[in-house]
Amino acid sequence: MKVTVRYFASIREAIGHGSEVIETDVTTVGALRDLLLARGTPFQEALSTDRAVRMALNQSVCDGAAHLQDNCEVAFFPPVTGG
Amino acid sequence: MRLSVSIQSEDFDVSHELAQLRANDARVGAVCSFVGTVRERNEGTAVSSMELEHYPGMTEKSITAMMEEAAKRFDIYGARVIHRIGLLQPQDQIVLVAVTSAHRGMSFQACEFLMDYLKTQAPFWKKEVTTEGARWVDARVSDDKALARWGITVKNV
Repeated sequence: MKVTVRYFASIREAIGHGSEVIETDVTTVGALRDLLLARGTPFQEALSTDRAVRMALNQSVCDGAAHLQDNCEVAFFPPVTGG
Repeated sequence: MRLSVSIQSEDFDVSHELAQLRANDARVGAVCSFVGTVRERNEGTAVSSMELEHYPGMTEKSITAMMEEAAKRFDIYGARVIHRIGLLQPQDQIVLVAVTSAHRGMSFQACEFLMDYLKTQAPFWKKEVTTEGARWVDARVSDDKALARWGITVKNV
């Protein structure tokens, strides 16, 4: 399936781009993160499970168990600091 | 119920927004507002400017959801949220949260609830330019605790 992946703030800067489209067979947001981590630097550091990385599926906060659908949008970002 | 959110780079006029929020609604007896501004110092370092990034679409969606939650919890007539993005300078206004109700208690509470929620749930990120270079602002554990007071457990940090 086709998944649009978006990165924000410090994670976007570390990875070097704000979005990409990935064709994949994985079914959850957590598995997608593992797939990206396996790419090595800079993904390995930016999305490390040692860091507070928040995730969203179709613009709602989710956890790693959330199920991907074709043409969905997944986002990875650091803790938010608005207001 | 008047609920509206704007994400914008332009400044806002608080008096105008408050007047709009309660216009033609004679039930209103209380208008409570909060304005967040850019401090000249953060964690001991001088801040020369601040850049605000957000997640277009999710920002509006998350703030609308929190206003709907506030409307369920508190007896309010309207709420207005404005959050600025882009480049800001010390003393600039960043955020407005305003709420109307019949009596002050509900609008005070709803206003604080909305700010606590926004701090930990709305996808905004601040980057400060300081004398020591540019840095992303760290999220605070105290903000998660502030939201927990309302019975909402989240882990932003």
